[in-house]
Amino acid sequence: MRNLRSILLVEDDNVDAMTVKRAFGELKIVNELVRAVNGEAALNYLRGHLNEKPCVILLDLNMPKMNGIEFLRVMKVDDELRQIPVVVLTTSKDDRDKMKSFKSHVAGYIVKPADYRVFVEAIKIFDSYWTLSELPDSVPEDTALELQKTDCTGTGS
Amino acid sequence: MSVYWGFHLRMRDLKPVLLLEDDSVDAMTVKRALKDLDVKNPLVNVFNGEQALEYLQNSDNAEPCVILLDLNMPKMNGIEFLKIAKSDPRLKCVPVVALTTSKTDKDKLECFDNGVAGYIVKPVDYNGFLDAMKILNLYWTLSESSCNLVEKQDVEPQKTVCS
Repeated sequence: MRNLRSILLVEDDNVDAMTVKRAFGELKIVNELVRAVNGEAALNYLRGHLNEKPCVILLDLNMPKMNGIEFLRVMKVDDELRQIPVVVLTTSKDDRDKMKSFKSHVAGYIVKPADYRVFVEAIKIFDSYWTLSELPDSVPEDTALELQKTDCTGTGS
Repeated sequence: MSVYWGFHLRMRDLKPVLLLEDDSVDAMTVKRALKDLDVKNPLVNVFNGEQALEYLQNSDNAEPCVILLDLNMPKMNGIEFLKIAKSDPRLKCVPVVALTTSKTDKDKLECFDNGVAGYIVKPVDYNGFLDAMKILNLYWTLSESSCNLVEKQDVEPQKTVCS
């Protein structure tokens, strides 16, 4: 990744989350992988002022409570969150899911390859792209100040 | 507007790549890189945001699989174009990637605030640029796009872009 901030994985399935983690390990991606189990948990994490904003969000679509599309519709109209790129990572090939995702400004839509080796290749390309691409490093200035003040853990920028 | 042919980028469905770039030398460099990478998608070059909107709003034209956007352009600059495109119900589905020399935090933030799907600072040397285009190609070949999902029209790019 372009920077060393965390990557937020929004995924309800434990096995799928483990697969992502394993691929990250294999590719030596050093960014911390933070996991939220559904859209609601992800929003809570993102709105927690002590939590570092992730550089990219990997989003599953089919989840209980708040699914991926519902999550997108909320975070992409939130001025403090909308600038974080979201890449969909799902098994859904449904055209309506793709359309709804792109309407909510996703920055990519990856259909999970079933085969693990192919999956690792996909994550490798994802990593290369978000290393090449700049990221919105700076959160709005007043928020950045606030974060520095309140973040006692030393993990803030 | 000029239309180039003969590439082999398998970015989804061989839809055209729309390049918004006012500098003809820079446009030639993109064209050359896509050719060197054996990318097959046609490259449609428009010179500012206004022309891009004209192209996109004409239903005779094939919807691009991805838009490459320079930021500093006359008439309507890249960010103005991005804001309009991303608030248009039909156009907002097309991924837009900024391809620019601008490294300012303000430009980056404004682009990501307005739904950009990547922000590439153009490497100065050609080999670096070629590598960047290679990664861009791989990513947008891996990623689905929303192309041909617009219900009301099923455009045939080969016919329409050729004309």
